[in-house]
Amino acid sequence: MPELRKERLDRGVKVRAESIYAISSMKEIMFLIGPGLVLVILLLILPVSLPSFWQRIMALTGVYVLLSIGFGFLASYVGLVSLGGALFVGMGGYISGLLNSVGVPMFLSIPVATIAGALICTLVLLPVLPLRGVYFAIVSFVYPLFAARLIAALGIFGGTDGIAGLDVMPNVYVLLYVMVAVVIVVMFGMSRLVNYEDLGLVLRGVKDNEQAIKASGLNLTWYKAQAVFIAAAMGCFGGAYLTHLYGWVGMSLFATDFSILPLAATVVGGTGTIYGPVIGAMLLVPISEALRPFGTLRIVFYAVILVFFVVFFSEGILDYLKRKYEQFEHWVRV
Amino acid sequence: MELLIYGIVNSMSLILMTIGFALAYGVSRIPNFSHGALYILTGYMAYVFFAMLGLPYFLAILLALLFIGLVGAALYQFILIHLRGMPISEIIASFGVGLAILEFLRWAGLRGMAITIPPFIRGTTTVFGVILDYQRIIIILGGIGILFFLYFFTSYTKTGLAFKAIAQNERAALALGIDSDRAAVLAVSMGAVLAGLGGVFLLPLGNITVEMGYEVLIFALAVSIVGGIGSWKGVVYASFLIGFAQILTVRYIASHWHFVVALLLIIIVLIVKPSGLYGKQKELEERV
Repeated sequence: MPELRKERLDRGVKVRAESIYAISSMKEIMFLIGPGLVLVILLLILPVSLPSFWQRIMALTGVYVLLSIGFGFLASYVGLVSLGGALFVGMGGYISGLLNSVGVPMFLSIPVATIAGALICTLVLLPVLPLRGVYFAIVSFVYPLFAARLIAALGIFGGTDGIAGLDVMPNVYVLLYVMVAVVIVVMFGMSRLVNYEDLGLVLRGVKDNEQAIKASGLNLTWYKAQAVFIAAAMGCFGGAYLTHLYGWVGMSLFATDFSILPLAATVVGGTGTIYGPVIGAMLLVPISEALRPFGTLRIVFYAVILVFFVVFFSEGILDYLKRKYEQFEHWVRV
Repeated sequence: MELLIYGIVNSMSLILMTIGFALAYGVSRIPNFSHGALYILTGYMAYVFFAMLGLPYFLAILLALLFIGLVGAALYQFILIHLRGMPISEIIASFGVGLAILEFLRWAGLRGMAITIPPFIRGTTTVFGVILDYQRIIIILGGIGILFFLYFFTSYTKTGLAFKAIAQNERAALALGIDSDRAAVLAVSMGAVLAGLGGVFLLPLGNITVEMGYEVLIFALAVSIVGGIGSWKGVVYASFLIGFAQILTVRYIASHWHFVVALLLIIIVLIVKPSGLYGKQKELEERV
């Protein structure tokens, strides 16, 4: 048996698409924008082609996609592993729900909840921003638990029963296309932010070398706070959206799922990009819902998938697909 | 007096819940987030051996502890070993395993109030005018026993000293011929057994439920963080701090606040003193 190894070479079209030749023909242009275009078209036609059961799941998936983008953004570009997704969702959901219950119309309460919720989340996380790694993860994980217990213990905001009878979206297409529009804007906006904007550059510096940021005369906490605000705004929008999906707000908005699933989506989809978590969430949430007939056994499946991906397939789906898309590989004798 | 005694019992319970987590982290820097699941699994296995197979109670407990030790060793040997040095991946993997165990148990029928294991000795007694059942006294004695055992183990046995060496400086320990992977297998396995011991001491007081598994993990994290992760002295002091804080809130405010207190303490300690009450400078740099 001769020793073999896999050799990978970039496809010609990839090399051409990296330079000015990208605009020389349709082929290169399609190579560059093709994947994004497929995703957008998919998002646009899904709401009209899905059966009604899956339409609600698509709405839920959208919320998780936003949370996952936020998680991936904080983890891969800022170096903060935030398990506080449930805090964002709960904060946005409760603010929107409370506003709506005193008569503020839904189309005003959702944007207000997004901004105000993100502000409050950023403020409560401000004192722990100097923490890193596991410690930030733990403390951000504890916040939503704390908030839920506090609401239960104090009996405020409807206590354990929550607030029912809120506005719901007029019909399912409005519901879904609002979400699709937000997801598309956030996805491409975030991709642009981290790759081409100054803020993205500084945030990468925050992740890689905090001392360098300080030495450059930049305020570390200010930049971290901005990043948290961006991620929190997405989560808060998701929460406010969920509130008006169900017409109800309650403690289940602080559920641990909202903290854990984005992490799972990022692990499965691939870290280090904005699109990885998107793919992860779009796979995991429907799978998880499809497994619902199995009861809690679905969480077992789910956990096993997660462990498998972490241990044996840590590059994630996106990187794998990207490699297949950009390179061809063949075996060579060593 | 009642406050004092029940405070001590509660603090000892927290020590029993935490010590396994602290051991695995202290030695090998492995945050074993399946800790709560191992705790519950031991109780459930003891129940299976005792109530379903009809073995004598102490044999059932021994078998359950042995089983959990093997589970802990397998957890490291087959999963965590691939992820050394990547704390976030270690957390995800071990939490995934814990989730799988707990939800599998729930699916397999661990629901409701039916599943309990009996206390070692039934009955109650009166200590300084306070009514106290024997199991709670056993908890106090068992907790003290485990602490002494660990102290002697790490100070006088070869394996224990190897643990200490790896905790202090893994590279130097490697250079002296200590196999860090083998020590880590042992540490995770011992951590699992300690979690299981906590389970068999504490579970007779209530029911074995899946929710308890998640709660134990949170309490273990709370105590470890407040005390300073990896510091055993910290575990003891933090257990007493949180234990008494909880008993006082239950007494003077309301019982459903006791969880809030633990969470609040985590947040305050991480803000004010990120290395925990007894954390060392080295850990401070990792955290901040």
